[in-house]
Amino acid sequence: MNEIKDAPKTNFKWVGHRTRRPDGPDKVTGRARYGDDMVLPGMLIGKVLRSPHAHAKILSIDTSKAEKLKGVKAVVTHKDIPDHPTIQPPYGPMISDMHDVSRNVMAREKVLYDGHPVAAVAATSERIARQALKLIKVEYKVLPHVMDPYDAAQPGAPVLHDDLFTHGIKPAPKKPSNVFRVVSTGRGDLEKGFAKADVIVEREFRTQPVHQGYIEPQALVVTTSEDGAVEIWTTTQGHFVIRALCARILKMDMAKIRVTASEIGGGFGGKNNIYAEPVAIRLSQKTGRPVRMVMTRREVFRGTGPASGTYSTIKMGAKKDGTITAAEGVIYNQAGAFKGSPVMRSIDSFFSSYTIPNAKTTAYDVCVNRPKVAAYRAPGAPMACLAAEMAINELAEKIGMDPIDMRMKNAVQDGGQSLAGVKYGRIGLNEVLTRAKNSVHYKSKLGPNQGRGFALGYWMHGGGLSSVSANLLDDGTVAIATGNPDIGGSRSSMRVMAAEELGVELETIKPIVADTGSMGYSHLTAGSRTTFATGLAVINSVREIIEKLRALAAKKWEIPVEDVTWEAGQAVTQRSGFEALTLKQLAGMATKMGGPIAGHSEINAGGAGAAFSAQIVDVEVDPETGFVSPTRYTVIQDVGRAISPDYVEGQMQGGAVQGIGWALNEEYIYDDKGRLQNAGFLDYRMPVASDVPMIDTIVVEVPNPNHPYGVRGVGEPPIVPAPAAVANAVENAIGVKAASLPLSPPKVLAMIEGKSGGD
Amino acid sequence: MSKHLVTATINGDEVDFTCHADQTLLEVLREDLQMTGTKNGCGSGDCGACTVILNGRPVNACLVLGAELDGAKIETIEGMGKGNELHPLQQKFLDHAALQCGICTPGFLTMAKALLDRNPDPTETEVRFALAGNLCRCTGYDKIVRAVIDAAADMRANQS
Repeated sequence: MNEIKDAPKTNFKWVGHRTRRPDGPDKVTGRARYGDDMVLPGMLIGKVLRSPHAHAKILSIDTSKAEKLKGVKAVVTHKDIPDHPTIQPPYGPMISDMHDVSRNVMAREKVLYDGHPVAAVAATSERIARQALKLIKVEYKVLPHVMDPYDAAQPGAPVLHDDLFTHGIKPAPKKPSNVFRVVSTGRGDLEKGFAKADVIVEREFRTQPVHQGYIEPQALVVTTSEDGAVEIWTTTQGHFVIRALCARILKMDMAKIRVTASEIGGGFGGKNNIYAEPVAIRLSQKTGRPVRMVMTRREVFRGTGPASGTYSTIKMGAKKDGTITAAEGVIYNQAGAFKGSPVMRSIDSFFSSYTIPNAKTTAYDVCVNRPKVAAYRAPGAPMACLAAEMAINELAEKIGMDPIDMRMKNAVQDGGQSLAGVKYGRIGLNEVLTRAKNSVHYKSKLGPNQGRGFALGYWMHGGGLSSVSANLLDDGTVAIATGNPDIGGSRSSMRVMAAEELGVELETIKPIVADTGSMGYSHLTAGSRTTFATGLAVINSVREIIEKLRALAAKKWEIPVEDVTWEAGQAVTQRSGFEALTLKQLAGMATKMGGPIAGHSEINAGGAGAAFSAQIVDVEVDPETGFVSPTRYTVIQDVGRAISPDYVEGQMQGGAVQGIGWALNEEYIYDDKGRLQNAGFLDYRMPVASDVPMIDTIVVEVPNPNHPYGVRGVGEPPIVPAPAAVANAVENAIGVKAASLPLSPPKVLAMIEGKSGGD
Repeated sequence: MSKHLVTATINGDEVDFTCHADQTLLEVLREDLQMTGTKNGCGSGDCGACTVILNGRPVNACLVLGAELDGAKIETIEGMGKGNELHPLQQKFLDHAALQCGICTPGFLTMAKALLDRNPDPTETEVRFALAGNLCRCTGYDKIVRAVIDAAADMRANQS
């Protein structure tokens, strides 16, 4: 648990100020080194052969011709990757089954999606590697496939895994199916709750899988040595996790694997996993040479995990005064080819913003013939939020109540709890709703063909394992090393917090992301945990340095350490006759008076707590084409405390625009054989600059009592309500209810023309 | 397969390189010349991360063949500042926090420079359409657009 229990502070030298990011100059000059920017002498190029089928048995793989091609140095198939037994229940919230992970890295008995790796080569050039892939002959027996999570959960659907039996239902099934587990949570009595309702809304929704859309494809360089040592340079959200997974999959000693995280070109949850790393290790071991593997964009779409596509149903009831009396949500999350979709987050994300006395949510984790899903910004939440928020807006409409007033009426309060039963401390929900209601945007008038949408999102932040090492150098500067890749500006916030603690200039602090050989374990940069959890470890580390500096000053002055305090970057004492000693002076003395000074901290942080994001969006719909343009957008969010306001706003804006893409355009298009047809940025249409307006932000600061600066986390909440807010705006613009995302022009046009409800 | 010998001017320096007929400018820059500031996001001209300025016009380096570049003038992100002095666009990207992960940043900067070279006073809409071929997944574009407009204002003020 956290070591720090002091109450949040208020007057700051650096926290809350707008400061330039320490990684900025390297990024605007092209100097920053990403996954694909590493070259080693003698490096080979690795490429992956991928399945052209959605579902097929592998009958044989003949690599002999490829091996004979001049310039080809090694070929790898599943025979080079050890097999693992499957895990048994009880299952935790995170499923990481080496049986599955090893098969996702390299198909074994079957291919389970278009793009599933079946073999890999290493050659002296990319050109030769590509030629070699064409010489590998794989014999398949094509099997029936299933793509939709609801269809896949029905009896008679093609079954992906004949050893998968649904967990969480009674009686335990005797036949295998695609439903890995059914989870639910709730409280009260639904039947009684609905009986008390004056109005009931029942709806259903489908959402498509959406890709994280990071602009930097997966890229890595691996080098191995004769003594079993492995070094990996890779673009990842968690190099300690990469190390652990590679060691487990390949049954290697973890300490022999050293992973360095490159600069990361976007992740959003999509770089929490391993893909080519174990394959590259094997290719390097077979050849004795470094191997680089970089995915093409087409491979990124075909081979890496999107967010789950979903089918959901929602039923909510309310009294005429706006009190929600009962709510039930059911969601089918597609897991992709292997079990493990964010079902626990989904069941918690329907109604956790509200004090609904009778509520139940259920989620199905369903395998389909698509790439294994990966986390995507607030995994599991936006789809559940969509169903609930659309229903609440319709309830408000039916009883003639303002949608924000309706939320205020039912908003969960301090000391309340999430649907999954996590108790809230001090939360900022009332403040968020009030600021939304009073915003200039909400009071503004709409033009013709325009509609306004509103939605509220919730995210329970993570804490977890973080390690930090802070080293005071003898010129008075401080090197802060964390084990967390910087995906959203964490080096900036780490530097701000360290400088604030020490009371020194920002430039005195140099934050870096250290490799796995230098640091204690640090979990992923994910779930909006880093500024909170790793930030706590930074504060601990710097406070340890301050303690040592106080002791050093006491030694120098020959007075008790209790008489020395640390103020504004220097050691001072109330005793007369002593001049304050600055950080720089003390740093210079340290090596001569006892040795180097450093602080370190290894923690399992808890108490990040819940945060809420409300969003108001206006859209204009072209009645002739069905094209939807967001014209105004405001994100109102409780961030606890904005350590670096610029990057907090950036998270809120970026999350909202990802949500716009989810709502309006992004989807995977497969043909009838289950082959992906739009594996590129031209046809997988993410928002561009001309698609969106400025994204206004209202940063609400209700400090988290469990962090010295009040941090909650900021990255996940802004995407949670965005698809719902946008979809609600489209409904209000055209006066037709939506039943699925994305609300792309043909679908919206059909809705306008009364041909369908967007289904 | 024999390679072509090409002489081009890159960021003001005369550079000789050899390349296969099917090799792109992006591959030449990144693989042969080790100029990795130009980024590869898609290889199909859809993301703009590899934007460079070729004979005064912004192009996707992944859609240009290296063998076509004899005598060409190419500007990349590495040549945008003067020595240690950042270009006003680079400065404003830092001031406005117009970058997060930074992988799209070199492409946005070169595209924005090409815009301001031909239109020193663009409207917000002109900026958004000029940058519509460049994908950014982190920022939602807000701070990028503001940085470009602000840089344009600064550059106009310094020229008059």
